Amino acid sequence: MSLFVFAGGAQFAAIEIWTFPVPVFALVVSTLLINSRHVLMGVSLRPKLHALSGPQRVIGCFTLADENWALAERRATVRPISPTYFFVMGVVFWANWVVWSFVGALLGPVLGDPRRLGADFAFTAIFIGLIVSLRSGPRSGAVIAASAVTAALVRAVIGSPWHVLSGALAGIVATAVVPVDQARPR
Amino acid sequence: MRLDGTTVLTIVLMGLVTYLTRIAGLFIAGRLSLEGRAKAAFDAIPVSVLTAVIAPTLLTSSVPETLAGVVTILAAFRLPLLGTVAVGVASVILLRLGLG
Repeated sequence: MSLFVFAGGAQFAAIEIWTFPVPVFALVVSTLLINSRHVLMGVSLRPKLHALSGPQRVIGCFTLADENWALAERRATVRPISPTYFFVMGVVFWANWVVWSFVGALLGPVLGDPRRLGADFAFTAIFIGLIVSLRSGPRSGAVIAASAVTAALVRAVIGSPWHVLSGALAGIVATAVVPVDQARPR
Repeated sequence: MRLDGTTVLTIVLMGLVTYLTRIAGLFIAGRLSLEGRAKAAFDAIPVSVLTAVIAPTLLTSSVPETLAGVVTILAAFRLPLLGTVAVGVASVILLRLGLG
């Protein structure tokens, strides 16, 4: 699953609902919903990938995932993204995911609950670090607040995975209430 | 999990829909031209998506996660990414031990 799907959130959710007989439709729909955030990520990244050809973009984005996408976004704030940077990062992330998934499958019964090691929080901590380095002024504050509150409410009231898309959209809509000139420093 | 036909089919389908979400954005963005408010909304996507993924964990799961989140946010303003992750993981282990 790590080889072909390569999407942590969707894979964890899939394990939760994986029973026999396999609920194929539920698994595929849940995967689609959880990963719908990739559409937003692709939209945001596309103009920053102008150094890549069309086919390079379509192939390179097979490995598009939260962390390497966020690192690419951060890179783009400093310098243009080269094809080499994008592909090497994608392959490294993908290979890491596959290798460590395999090791985890072997060692899982020995290690026990990953929460004991704080391993589950590493993901959250990476995201916090990325948000802090990507933020830009008071506008980001409004985006973060709108996204966080909406995602937490939707998760509590409706449930996962709807919180990701609704929170993300709330954050984007929040830019409409902050004056535009503030967002475009010249 | 057994590797029978249905399992393989399901995984392949999951992979396909995931790849579709990954490339759909590229084609949508190619057709947009953005200025002003639309540009601002566009620029908000990265921070907004990342926040939505982790906010429920930080705000509604449990007290140790929320407190560790505060510690990690403070660390993120001072430290590089790996240092931030180390502080975050260490603080959540300690807080879970301390608060149960």
